Amino acid sequence: MRIGVFVCWCGSNIAKTVDVEAVAEAARSFPGVVYATDYKYMCSEPGQNMVAEAIKEHNLDRVVIASCSPRLHEPTFQRCIGAAGLNPYMVEMANIREQCAWVHERTPETTEKAIELTRMAVAKVAKNVPLFQNDIGITKRALVIGGGVAGIQAALDIADAGHPVVLVERTPSIGGRMAQYDKTFPTLDCAACILTPKMVDCASHPLIDIWAYSEVEEVNGFVGNFDVKIRKKATCVDPKLCTGCGLCLEKCIVKNVPSEFDEGMGLRRAIYRPFPQAVPNKPVIDREHCRIFNGGKCGVCQKVCPTGAINYETVDEVVEEKFGAIVVATGFELWDHSAMGNYGYGKYPDVISAIQFERIMNASGPTDGHITRPSDGKVPKSIAFISCVGSRDEEHGHAYCSKVCCMYNAKQALLVKDKLHDVETHVFYMDIRANGKGYEEFVKRTIEEYGANYIRGRVSKIYPDGDQLVVKGADTLLGRQVEVRVDLVVLATAMQPQRDAKDLARKLGISTDEYNWFSEAHPKLKPVEVLTDGVYLAGACQYPKDIPDTVAQASGAASKAIGLFSKDHIKSEPMIASIYEDTCIGCGLCVDVCPFTAIELVEVVDKERSTRDNQVMKTVARVNEGICKGCGTCSAACRSLSARLRGFEGSGILAQIDALADMVKAKK
Amino acid sequence: MSEETTVLAEEKDQSAEPQKWQPSILAILCNWCSYAGADLAGSARMQYPETVRIVRVPCSGRTDPMFVLKGFQRGFDGVMVLGCHPGDCHYAKGNYYARRRIALTQDLLKSLGIAPERFHFEWVSASEGNRFAALINEFTHKLEELGPFDGVA
Repeated sequence: MRIGVFVCWCGSNIAKTVDVEAVAEAARSFPGVVYATDYKYMCSEPGQNMVAEAIKEHNLDRVVIASCSPRLHEPTFQRCIGAAGLNPYMVEMANIREQCAWVHERTPETTEKAIELTRMAVAKVAKNVPLFQNDIGITKRALVIGGGVAGIQAALDIADAGHPVVLVERTPSIGGRMAQYDKTFPTLDCAACILTPKMVDCASHPLIDIWAYSEVEEVNGFVGNFDVKIRKKATCVDPKLCTGCGLCLEKCIVKNVPSEFDEGMGLRRAIYRPFPQAVPNKPVIDREHCRIFNGGKCGVCQKVCPTGAINYETVDEVVEEKFGAIVVATGFELWDHSAMGNYGYGKYPDVISAIQFERIMNASGPTDGHITRPSDGKVPKSIAFISCVGSRDEEHGHAYCSKVCCMYNAKQALLVKDKLHDVETHVFYMDIRANGKGYEEFVKRTIEEYGANYIRGRVSKIYPDGDQLVVKGADTLLGRQVEVRVDLVVLATAMQPQRDAKDLARKLGISTDEYNWFSEAHPKLKPVEVLTDGVYLAGACQYPKDIPDTVAQASGAASKAIGLFSKDHIKSEPMIASIYEDTCIGCGLCVDVCPFTAIELVEVVDKERSTRDNQVMKTVARVNEGICKGCGTCSAACRSLSARLRGFEGSGILAQIDALADMVKAKK
Repeated sequence: MSEETTVLAEEKDQSAEPQKWQPSILAILCNWCSYAGADLAGSARMQYPETVRIVRVPCSGRTDPMFVLKGFQRGFDGVMVLGCHPGDCHYAKGNYYARRRIALTQDLLKSLGIAPERFHFEWVSASEGNRFAALINEFTHKLEELGPFDGVA
């Protein structure tokens, strides 16, 4: 056995607190180690070359890299030693950065710990055996979950690269949040004008199937080979027969359902499409409000439908489909600010959220773009915009910045002035965060050219006085209380994850942060990947994002899927379980505990008891390597130590514990 | 230097003189949640005592009770097993198997006369770097109170 140990300084990241030279020196005396050295950046090209050259020069058969977390650079060094002619699995990493140098002061104990961690890695690598990967075929078809601008962009990019895409959206139409907006900052492009062509492109693309009014129920399988159950909710409208003429919408007698798309500012029918440019442009029946489904008599829509597309008997359909990659673009929801009573949302009709104001400003909105206030339909003469409502507010559960509010406050203050020249605008802000291309200039324009009155400070209370509202707060720049009387108050409420984000995360194996935003695989270097291979993130399901960032990430996610589809095969994960059949007693305990039903019992010839004339059979467990994911639950359950998890065998783990115990004992 | 600071400096020297006993902790962490949480504690530069040494396993379900027993047999003052929160397991339900097995392991430790406080089983997610650091602090303090482990030769 010829082990080489390479200790990384990581610039000063490790070397600042750990005496790296002492670690390399100590490693020289570890059993099996024939070479040890230290270097400033082991992962850099010269660092990797150094490892490769040492492998040749010292005829190394195993390598330990004492550096950062294996979660970061294990693949890097597997490739490095693979290129140098070793089996890629003959490397182990000692995590002396994240779990040592960064969490301790520079003391002799810290260096001692680094030495011990390195000793453990040496003990483990000594037990490593070469592992090999198999080729697995992939399904070159992508699932995009969420039909907002992120999902639309990702679907178009993947389909344009020649791969079929299913775009699943749970509401009756794609378009998402962006479809609700009036104009977009900082260019003031009309949101619908730039989004609807993309929606139509999706609908007409030969490789894109839009499954609106559908939801993902269950996800099984792995990268390249996902099996996904999707519930297509019953719309009661046969999409093949429906021409989208809209006659049913006009005749429906239930007229008082608050429109989700108009954020409750307008009404819709029980059979509806969210907005006139909906894609697919086919209505759905909302069973909660339709008279037919609530014991009433009706059937008007069925009667008027010229193509006989309406059928009240349809039921949900659950389909199971195969996909190779999944793009998650499920977006965000807005915090329901009524929890914050002192702003009076839900109590005073003229305190509205910014998304409601978007609908009021929108030419296709409930007021046809005429800016009027909800209470009495009067044109407001003064408006207060309040930012950070729930954002940057630990008390209300969102310590983070929602990122887009400063900009849309400025946008709305500008646009409203454009429409109503004599309106007074006041913007209450905490800080102005305008960090995008053209953003700072835009805010400046709102203030200087459009005369918005920016007041730095939090609002403490909003209360009615006559037919006006009094906004009371602090001006922290002047250091005094301010009060402004306005006709309308617009609240920039916090963005937050979808309420069922956690459920979807569990289905897909995505980890979430403390707020339930989806976690990327690495905050800097893997911003679209998650810990489950083949699943990619796009848009605000990860964290608040504006449209440019969302679209950029969606294209990033799409390119990851396209990259995956550019290969015909992927390499299997070799760190999976195998059964040592000679000692297996066929008890089947591993079969019971396997979370993936990857193990089955089979009959084999019992080599020990069989003779030339008499073949004796025995039952043993066998792992289906295509299904096993390598959790090792079987290994822990096996009574005869026959179920072994390659890469994490008991011998390797016990060797680490033993080696460490020896060192700890020596210290005592 | 004022008189007061001199005194303080002396006091500090004295307290540092007889090296304080530090417990040794063996921690078995699942790769996807807890190990990532420990990494996050590092990235966020959260400080905790140098008492813990981490063995990485793919899933807490991989934790053979043998690893825990081995830890005590080899004289560690405390052993920890950390896995993903219920419902968050990368392998769907490996952590549930771990939980059942750990319950039995705890009984076994009791019958071996090993104080159950020396063994700690907990869920730590990939985003809970602060929780990981806090756990190490707490467990270290608990073991300091219990003193060195000499239960098994």
